[in-house]
Amino acid sequence: MPESTLQIEDLHVWFELDGGELHAVQGVSFALERGERMGLVGESGCGKTTTILAMMGLLPANASVAGSVFLNGEDILKDGERSVAPHRWKDIAMVFQGAMNAFNPVKRVGDQIAEPMELHGTARGRAAKDRVGDLLELVGIPGSRADRFPHEFSGGMRQRAAIAMSLACGPKVLLADEPTTALDVMVQAQILELLTGLTDELGLALVFVTHDLPVVAQTCGRAAVMYAGRIAEEGATADLYHDARHPYTRLLFSATPDLHGKEKIISIPGAPPRLDRAITGCPFQPRCDRAFAPCPTIAPRTVSVAERHVAACHLNEVPAERLGGAGATGAR
Amino acid sequence: MSSQPPLLEVENLVTHYRLGRGFLGTLTGKPERSVHALDGVSFTVSSGELLALVGESGCGKTTTAQTIVRMIEPNGGRILFKGKDITRLSAGEMRPLRREIQLVYQDPYESLDPRFRVRDTIEEPLAIHGVDVAGDGLQPILSALERAGLSPPELYIDRYPHELSGGQRQRVAIAASLVLNPALLVADEPVSMLDVSVRAGILDLLAGLRRSGLGILMITHDLSTAAHYADRIAVMYLGRIVELGPAAEVVRNPQHPYTRALISVVPSRDPLARARPQLLEGETPNPTDIPPGCRFAPRCPMVEERCKSIDPELRPVGEAHEAACILVGTRSVSP
Repeated sequence: MPESTLQIEDLHVWFELDGGELHAVQGVSFALERGERMGLVGESGCGKTTTILAMMGLLPANASVAGSVFLNGEDILKDGERSVAPHRWKDIAMVFQGAMNAFNPVKRVGDQIAEPMELHGTARGRAAKDRVGDLLELVGIPGSRADRFPHEFSGGMRQRAAIAMSLACGPKVLLADEPTTALDVMVQAQILELLTGLTDELGLALVFVTHDLPVVAQTCGRAAVMYAGRIAEEGATADLYHDARHPYTRLLFSATPDLHGKEKIISIPGAPPRLDRAITGCPFQPRCDRAFAPCPTIAPRTVSVAERHVAACHLNEVPAERLGGAGATGAR
Repeated sequence: MSSQPPLLEVENLVTHYRLGRGFLGTLTGKPERSVHALDGVSFTVSSGELLALVGESGCGKTTTAQTIVRMIEPNGGRILFKGKDITRLSAGEMRPLRREIQLVYQDPYESLDPRFRVRDTIEEPLAIHGVDVAGDGLQPILSALERAGLSPPELYIDRYPHELSGGQRQRVAIAASLVLNPALLVADEPVSMLDVSVRAGILDLLAGLRRSGLGILMITHDLSTAAHYADRIAVMYLGRIVELGPAAEVVRNPQHPYTRALISVVPSRDPLARARPQLLEGETPNPTDIPPGCRFAPRCPMVEERCKSIDPELRPVGEAHEAACILVGTRSVSP
């Protein structure tokens, strides 16, 4: 039985579409401990948001899910909605992208934060009100603002309130979907500081979905790079940057400008594959600068390349001397 | 240095948006309020130069772009294009100039008509401006596509937007502005809707056009992008430029306390390069309510008493480097 706080095993998601079926998540596995922050990064359509929606049991009706999400050893996806509902918001909670849309515009912010508590019966009436005040203070909003409406909050405050709402029932796992994407860089910095502080203080396991590599580099100890519904590489963020073992990870960093960096920024040619048809070989092979013989035909296995560092690339399975000493995926 | 005027000169531009008082407000004679979107903005863009206008939402960078292309009428100040004052030109008088000043929009998913093939999208500006290309056949369209990096152009000319990736769509939009051979491109957040993996390609394209002699004004919220691609950076705060200088200089040696704070919070892509972010309290104030004195004073970590009464102007703080702060700069200016 898995021992980690959060463990995802071989998660798959298919969407039933008019023209066929889209395999959005194709076997995602990772584990996270208390107090750890993991970035789930990749380009649009890579399956990162679908992955966390599946973990919450929040996918639309045309989706089907396979695989397991273990919370402290219990598979919460085992019996579908029946097994996930008791845990949703209580043990595993989510902060949505664009806090503008996370709130009902005609209901007071405090009442909305109290909703999950009433749903799970963790607090009612006066106790719920007090808890709302405490939660707002925790995220840096005066508790007296609980009776305000969402439009009376600035963008940054709404995002703080959305974080307060996600924490209402004291979850152990927090999933955040692009929580700072719509915000200005200064407000983003404030929210990132808040999220880091909260995960440290409350010992949360945080899965941080974003397309923004620098944000992950500065807030998360670990990261999983997704491509075409699969995890290309997962490990400590410092290792992904300084010792990438998948060409996609390396190229994605090279495509990301750094304020003080002087290297030329290089785009990755081509586009990700369609997920509504079967992929042969490595999904990244058509765009890869290190593709070789097995890549177009054989899908790479996910192998451990170091402690808590895995990658799905054939280069890691070829003896180094046969690669002419260039190392697994070449120097940066 | 040539004696020719810069391609674009913006002098003390002021743009206000009037806010509605509502029916009751009008009846009761409530005072009119307005948003001071631009409150005295001055800069130049030369041919062969890429100037990045950076700042947070509401700082006025997009209003600046829209005022320059005359989508918004300024309340004060002047816009000079090739030395000619275009501030008060009528729509008819602006028409020939619109060929020379082209706007590239943020969202290539919205800026292209889904029913138009690539060739139609690029032909449209020619038709609107009555450019006679009858004798040239497809040549102007093909060469615009080629300049925009869609090569071979024959491969793209009959495609519809939905058959193109986001990066290719933005290239088509850029090709549609290039077909008129403009002298100035105003690009409003040209890559913010695109995936990271294709952004560099579009930015390299703009950099290449700049090298071929175009002047480019790029609006962006992303300092890292500005640092990599711009010749000069202008930092805006609440309707003013607070710092302006060579890109490398502004990033490495920021003078205005706002620029310093902004730079300190830009995350590095290297997890081991940890900077100490200098968080400013709160958010940018509402531009209906601009504080007296220095508009940054209420959030400034260096604020002094006199900042609350003196409204600082841009002044030299180094080689071609200016900042609008009374507390900095004087020491680094050589006599």
